[in-house]
Amino acid sequence: MAKDKVKNEAVTESTEIDYAAKAKRNKPGSLPYIWRHIRQNPLAMGSLVIIIALFILSFLSPYIMKYSFSKISMRDQYALPNSEHLLGCDEVGRDILSRILYGAKYTMSIGFASTAISAAIGIVLGAVAGYFGGWVDGLIMRFLDIFQSFPGILLAILISTVLGPGFEKVILALGVSGAPGYARMMRASILTVRGSEYIEAAQSINCSTARIIRKHIIPNAISPLIIQIAQGIAAAGLMASALSFLGFGVQAPTPEWGSMLSSARNFIRDYPHMCIFPGIFIMITVLAYNLVGDAIRDALDPRLRD
Amino acid sequence: MSELLRVEHLKKYFPTPRGTVHAVDDITFTIEKGKTMGLVGESGCGKSTLGRTVIHLQDSTDGKIFLDGKDITKVDKNELKAVREKMQIIFQDPYSSLNPRMTLRDTIKEPLELSGRFNKEQLEDETTRLMDLVGIEKRFHYSYPHELDGGRRQRVGIARAIALHPEFVVCDEPVSALDVSIQAQILNLLMDLQDQEQLTYIFVTHDLSVVRHISDTICVMYLGQMVETCPTDELFKNPLHPYTKALLSAIPSVDIHNRSKRIQLKGEITSAIDPKPGCRFAQRCPYAKEDCYRDLTLTEVRPGHFVSCAYVKEINNL
Repeated sequence: MAKDKVKNEAVTESTEIDYAAKAKRNKPGSLPYIWRHIRQNPLAMGSLVIIIALFILSFLSPYIMKYSFSKISMRDQYALPNSEHLLGCDEVGRDILSRILYGAKYTMSIGFASTAISAAIGIVLGAVAGYFGGWVDGLIMRFLDIFQSFPGILLAILISTVLGPGFEKVILALGVSGAPGYARMMRASILTVRGSEYIEAAQSINCSTARIIRKHIIPNAISPLIIQIAQGIAAAGLMASALSFLGFGVQAPTPEWGSMLSSARNFIRDYPHMCIFPGIFIMITVLAYNLVGDAIRDALDPRLRD
Repeated sequence: MSELLRVEHLKKYFPTPRGTVHAVDDITFTIEKGKTMGLVGESGCGKSTLGRTVIHLQDSTDGKIFLDGKDITKVDKNELKAVREKMQIIFQDPYSSLNPRMTLRDTIKEPLELSGRFNKEQLEDETTRLMDLVGIEKRFHYSYPHELDGGRRQRVGIARAIALHPEFVVCDEPVSALDVSIQAQILNLLMDLQDQEQLTYIFVTHDLSVVRHISDTICVMYLGQMVETCPTDELFKNPLHPYTKALLSAIPSVDIHNRSKRIQLKGEITSAIDPKPGCRFAQRCPYAKEDCYRDLTLTEVRPGHFVSCAYVKEINNL
């Protein structure tokens, strides 16, 4: 009898440890958990590999590419893809693959940096408006209304015109013009969470305001923003390309993808490869950012777990 | 029996753009230690607001609340912390009252953590004890709310409420969101806990059969006003207020030979926004006379049986 009892206890104890350890491993939101989640999702994993590879290749491109991104060779003008120039050459005979790889870091980091600025401004404004409400909310939201009454691209053009063209200025212009969207989303999200009964429950067990915001509101309000941010990186990259295309963005001879498209469009009838390749790279990058964003969102939300 | 909670002339008004909502208007009652008071009334009559105001989830507009003879109506921050440890709430909807990002264990652990009474080891032991007490199986300890059914979630809500051994718990329709089969389990759990922990309940509900089963006294509300209060048996045997009569006649009967005659109320519910003085039920009351639109007082018709109706004696031939 006594032996049995000891044995039983040992069993329950080991199962207990098991549950706790398992829970720890499965804690949504922890970095290892997000990583595991992405790894299980082949699409997201592939996308992540593409993003990282593009970045690495972009920085290595001056050393590994046969041709410099700015090397002009009139002999290769308009060259179609061939064994020397894998993706062909542009109107002054510069190797398109070299230019795309070199330009990757610009297009992709504009997306990152400007989204970081937008999200930071937007989350703070939205959180303040949503949590405090009243006249603070009114003031912030009316200000954003005015801001948002301009179409996004127009606002970005306006800011770039004021600041002038250039890599950092494009980031700033896109960052500021993107902020209202995040603010609105954060506010809406916080309002929903703030009215939940579990916030009231937290108050009833003596949770401080700071703890309620940190432990109960933010974790529940943030998930729509994660996906928005992931898509925002892609959208901001597109927008940067659009700005360059219109001549407000990163200036020649820096081979930003949008400006490559912009200059290639004059030759689209006769030499479409000059447009197609930068376009394909823009598309792939946008898609990859979106897919990774989806996976991270899923990993953060315990309700979406399989 | 000693009195645990006394509420005197409690009022809770909400200012809105269209006027002031008199959600709780001049409510007075006492509850004895270890007893359950059922709070019944139709949707929107202020029963949940009353419960929440009593435990200081909302500030009261006027009136007094005494716990154990001590006036706790106005308290500062430190006192509020102590009051909240003594008075807890179980919410209606177990789906929205648990943080979806926290494991059940963390949810139950939180009040213990916040009390600052336990060291790390005690914290874990106490959490496990609570989870066993409300009957949550070990394999669910680290689950998230969405992975469980309503009954188990409500058990978590109960564990959170009783974690710090409160004296008094407001049960805000704790079973109305659950399946009937689960309702009985949760009610039994609540009653067991009441015995073990000497708990005192306010049981808010609109389900009359549930309230009959669980409460010692019943308080009937209509549009923020208290209509009738008395011991449970007395209320079901001998309702005196016309509204209570109509309410009880609405309980479906399975006995086809002895169908209770349903009293159908005519007219619409009057608004609780800036209401006229007097009895708010008067507009739908078949016995209403002009006097009903003057001040309303609670009269003790029989020992322990209070009714707020000017014509209660005439109506009931007392």
